[in-house]
Amino acid sequence: MRLIAVLSLTPFDAGLKGGWKSILSWGEGMSDNARRLPDRPTSPHLTVWRWHATMLSSILHRASGVSLYAGALILAAWAICLAVGPECYAGYMALLGGPIGKIVLLGLTAAIFYHTANGIRHLVWDAGKAFDPKFSDLTAIVVIAFTVAATAATWIIAGMTGGL
Amino acid sequence: MTSYRTPRSRAAGLGSAKHGVSTWIAERVTSVALVPLALWAVFAALRVAPMGYEGAVAWLHHPLNLTFSLLFAGLSFYHMGMGMAVIIEDYIHRRSTLVTLLLLNAFVWFGFGVATIVALLKVALATSVGVAL
Ligand code: HEM
Repeated sequence: MRLIAVLSLTPFDAGLKGGWKSILSWGEGMSDNARRLPDRPTSPHLTVWRWHATMLSSILHRASGVSLYAGALILAAWAICLAVGPECYAGYMALLGGPIGKIVLLGLTAAIFYHTANGIRHLVWDAGKAFDPKFSDLTAIVVIAFTVAATAATWIIAGMTGGL
Repeated sequence: MTSYRTPRSRAAGLGSAKHGVSTWIAERVTSVALVPLALWAVFAALRVAPMGYEGAVAWLHHPLNLTFSLLFAGLSFYHMGMGMAVIIEDYIHRRSTLVTLLLLNAFVWFGFGVATIVALLKVALATSVGVAL
C-alpha cells in the first residue's frame, strides 16, 4: 500500500495506514537496494508532475506546431488572394495589418521561431544525443530566450522597413 | 536500452504496426529542410509586407523567390499533415472520431497545399501583372 502511494507520486492515498505522512518514514530500516524505486517509465500526468523547463518546452512545441498549422492556412489564403487579384489582396493585407491580424502574426512569429529552434533540439535527440536532464533544461531555456529575442527583432525590423 | 516487451508479446507480433518508419523519416527530413526555409520565410514576409499587390507579384516572378516559396509551402503542408495526424492519434480514441479527423486533416493539408502551390504558380507564371482569375 505504501509502496503504491509512493509510486503514484501522490500523497493523497486515503487508504494509507497512519495517514499520508507515513510516506515520510517509508523505507526506514530497509537496505539501500530495497528502498530504491524500480526503474519503470512513469506517465507525465499533469496533475502529479512537477513543472520544469523540458516539460514546458514539450508542450510549447505541440502548441506552436498547431499554431503553424493555422499559419499555413493563413499563408494559403494570402497566396490565393494574390492570385485572385488586387482588390482581394488589398483587403486581405488590410485584415492582416489590422489589430487582430497583428496579434495573430505576432503569435505566428513567435511560433515559427520557437518551433524551428526547438525542432533542432528534437533532431539532436533523434540522433541519440543531449538527453541529460540538466542540459535539456538549459537548452529549453536557451530556445525560449531565442524565441523572445528573435520575435522582438523581427517586429522592430518590420516597423523600421514599413512592414507593419 | 531495456526492453519492456514480454517474450510472448514479441512472438505474437503485438505492438508497432511495422510501417511507421517511413513516416518517421519523412517527418525528420522535412524538419531538416524546413529549418533554413522557415528562417527564409520570415525574411521573405518582412520583404513582401510593405510591397503592395504589384510588388508582391513582381517578387514572385523572381525564380529564386518562387522556388523557395514552393519548397516552403509544400514541405510545410506535408510536415504539418504528418504532425497533426500524430496529435489526433494521441488524443482521440473513439474509432469513428479518429477516422473522421484523420480524413479531415488529410483533405485540409493536401487540399490547401495544392491550392497554395497552384496560386503561387499562377501569379509567378502570368506574363502580365493584374490578370484577374
Ligand atoms: C514552418 C512550418 C511548420 C509547421 C506548419 C509545423 C507543424 C508541426 C506540427 C503540427 C507538428 C506536430 C506537433 C506535435 O506532434 O506535438 C510538428 C512536429 C514537429 N516539428 Fe514542425 N512544423 C513546421 C516547421 C518545423 C521546423 C522548421 C522544424 C525544425 C526542425 C520542425 C520540427 C518538428 C519536429 C521534430 C516535430 C516532431 C516533434 C515530436 O517528435 O514530437 N517543424 N510540426
